[in-house]
Amino acid sequence: MPTVTIDGRRVTVREGAYVLEAARLAGVRIPTLCHHEAVEPFGGCRLCVVDIWKRGWDADWFKLVVACLYPVEDGLVVHTTTPRVVETRRVVLDLLLARCPQTPLIRDLAREYGIEETTYRKRENPDDCILCGLCYRICDKVGPAAISAENRGVLREVAPPFFEEPPDCIGCLACAEICPTGHIKYQEDTFTRTIWGKTFEMLKCHSCGRAHLTRAQADWMARRGMPVEPLCDSCKQRRTAEVAAGLGRPR
Amino acid sequence: MRLASRERYEEFRLKATERLAGLRCRVMVCTGPGCLANGAREVAQAVEEGLRERGLLDGRQGVEGKCTGCHGLCEAGPLVAIEPAGILYVRVKPRNVADILERTVLGGEVVERLIYKNPATGGRVPHYRDIPFYKNQTRISMRNVGRVDPYDLQDAVAHGAYAGAVRALFEMTPEQVVDEVSRSGLRGRGGAGFHTGRKWAACRKARGDVKYVICNGDEGDPGAFKDRAIMEGDPHSVLEGMIIGAYAVGAREGYIYVRDEYPLAVLSLQAAIEAAREAGLLGQDILGTGMMFDIRISRGGGAFVCGESSALMRSIEGKVGEPRAKYIHGTERGLHDCPTVLNNVETWAHVGAILAHGAEWFAAMGTPKSRGTKAFSLVGKVRNTGLIELPMGTPLRRIIEDIGGGIRGGRRFKAVQTGGPSGGVIPEALLDLPVDYEQLTEHGSMMGSGGMIVMDDRTCMVDVARYFIRFLNEESCGKCVPCREGLLQMLHLLDGLCEGRGRPGDIERIERLARGMAWGSLCDLGRSAPNPVLSTLRHFREEYEAHVRDGACPAGVCRALTEYEIVTETCDGCHLCVKACPTDAIAGKPKQRHVIDQGKCIACGECYNVCPIDAIRHRAKPRGPAERAVGATG
Repeated sequence: MPTVTIDGRRVTVREGAYVLEAARLAGVRIPTLCHHEAVEPFGGCRLCVVDIWKRGWDADWFKLVVACLYPVEDGLVVHTTTPRVVETRRVVLDLLLARCPQTPLIRDLAREYGIEETTYRKRENPDDCILCGLCYRICDKVGPAAISAENRGVLREVAPPFFEEPPDCIGCLACAEICPTGHIKYQEDTFTRTIWGKTFEMLKCHSCGRAHLTRAQADWMARRGMPVEPLCDSCKQRRTAEVAAGLGRPR
Repeated sequence: MRLASRERYEEFRLKATERLAGLRCRVMVCTGPGCLANGAREVAQAVEEGLRERGLLDGRQGVEGKCTGCHGLCEAGPLVAIEPAGILYVRVKPRNVADILERTVLGGEVVERLIYKNPATGGRVPHYRDIPFYKNQTRISMRNVGRVDPYDLQDAVAHGAYAGAVRALFEMTPEQVVDEVSRSGLRGRGGAGFHTGRKWAACRKARGDVKYVICNGDEGDPGAFKDRAIMEGDPHSVLEGMIIGAYAVGAREGYIYVRDEYPLAVLSLQAAIEAAREAGLLGQDILGTGMMFDIRISRGGGAFVCGESSALMRSIEGKVGEPRAKYIHGTERGLHDCPTVLNNVETWAHVGAILAHGAEWFAAMGTPKSRGTKAFSLVGKVRNTGLIELPMGTPLRRIIEDIGGGIRGGRRFKAVQTGGPSGGVIPEALLDLPVDYEQLTEHGSMMGSGGMIVMDDRTCMVDVARYFIRFLNEESCGKCVPCREGLLQMLHLLDGLCEGRGRPGDIERIERLARGMAWGSLCDLGRSAPNPVLSTLRHFREEYEAHVRDGACPAGVCRALTEYEIVTETCDGCHLCVKACPTDAIAGKPKQRHVIDQGKCIACGECYNVCPIDAIRHRAKPRGPAERAVGATG
């Protein structure tokens, strides 16, 4: 297994890991916005830039790479706070702050890098979407692939096909849950859930009666032979705890 | 006819060459994009009808009429060349065809009024080998463009097509082919200039049963059209290169990725692929050697970013054409995660010639680090716009003054933009620069895909930078933050300068943003996107400063900063400016002095451009109090 040095800390990681994973093992914090363990690395936010040095390179030669996608190899040396790493992150955060001037997550990260207000022109009518791509990547991973990135450049936006009610959406909320800025909104009442302009009928928890799963998701899971959970998360937790404490019997 | 062995190929070649040698006169009508736009299709029809009417098409007269790819001198199209005499007729109209057929084809004389007139000397030049535009060129990748009928395999073979492939397949091992290409010093003609031989060697060495070769025909730089000319005019040179490459790396499948805006290229490539399959040059058992290789065309959807190699491969796979990190090279994990060699059209077109003539022949041309020749699309304010190919190391001055014929309209040269949107400008002081990869990069530009846009003194460098940033802003895929958001903000900053909203510190803001984009962007589109700004800043910083500090555009191009006036003492009332003015802002009777109504003037500069005696001048528009306040406080 390769051993790498990150900010002076030596750490041994599994073959095929990326620098980001090694850094987390070593206890070195590298900021990210588009990374999530559940999906393939993307390399879009560029916040996780680091300087690397490899064996055989000149002693003063470093290369700027993104930690989320750079594969580790034995003897790799990583620096996460060189001036150009910090400067690149500053420019990225400054730009994101112009895109999302009100978004708390971006404001906090920018402040960490000494930026209170953006140098650039703020977007008119901003929303909280930073185009990290986590929502449509998790949707692909779960299976429905109901949403994707439309258009390109600054016109890029996440949307269902043709900006219409997404036929493949099962209302599972994976996109809304993974969204780091809370941009993806949904509404729920006793009987329905609405997301991406599509309204779903809800199934109720067999124990507490609270709506916890869309019928579309239950059907989708059943068609794939996946067990459909009759209990909501909190009832499931409580039941587990009760069984563990010898208070109830396993179902 | 199937060329099932080397002997059969040689027979076919001999027959083709003999047929060609037996032709007394070939009328070659250029049907490249420039000439087509000027009516070459009608000229070609007139030639065919004229030849038929005169009974010259029965095959016994030694005469034929052909449509070919681009001859290069697009400026003077439609072009008609008479071979083997080497006569070039320019600006040919259908009604001129009868004259050409009667006097040249039948009479053997030159039609004086249709031949090229040298703008420098005023003299007429009948043979294109004597025209300065052609005289200074060495054509390798475009060796047969304009000389062969792209829809005729026999014609191509008569001009040497597939001779390199035959040598490679019958006389060399794949390793020897890789070595030959390495020794030739050929480097990627798509822009980055990576050593082709090294790329092939890496792919050959990479583990994998399935390997691919890809031809990048997604030429998208504004002003560049050399790949188009090769694909349309000599598709067999591309196929030959790919066959050799496939043999060298061990690929059985190849793709040609053509941008959607090149439908003619798709047609001629498709026809060439079918002809090559029929002749046994593609498919199972190529030339009886047992080699298996076939090529498919993949049409792009019109996204500039798909010219980037990883985005291109995603697009061929049927996915969204977005780049991905290339920490693992395409030669190891490319198309469908298999080892892949991706080369530009021009690179592939070079390969056949290198194998046919040998590495030493190719390496003898050019400069020590940049061997061989390079194709350029010469456009902009030169007299002879068109397509050229020159040995590496040719000085810019020769390209612009000798081949290009100097600046149009007697204006002053200001700069030449090379390398497309990712490239930069080279100013007048560096006109003697020998053009190769190293020299262009050292001076803040790049080779790129070979676009060369010549600019005169009526060009504002901030405006030029803004043009390219606007282009890139529209073409960024938007996957990564520095490119997507950075280009937008860069455009805002440049818009501000050009519209009189520049603030002190803008240049520093631009430089800092440019550095962040170059460091942080995911692919080369974003990393090189600041180049147009950085290179104009490097060579024309004072122009940026004038925009910020004085709110003035020294070239008089940025309308918000410029106003025009007529110098009353000089004006002779020729009235040309009045006719040119789109807003009727100029008052004055003919033979009397004219005046511009500043209220109506939109500062388009048309009057300035047409005035034959320089009686119109531009000056900085006085700033209003509000603008001055902004300029002062920042």
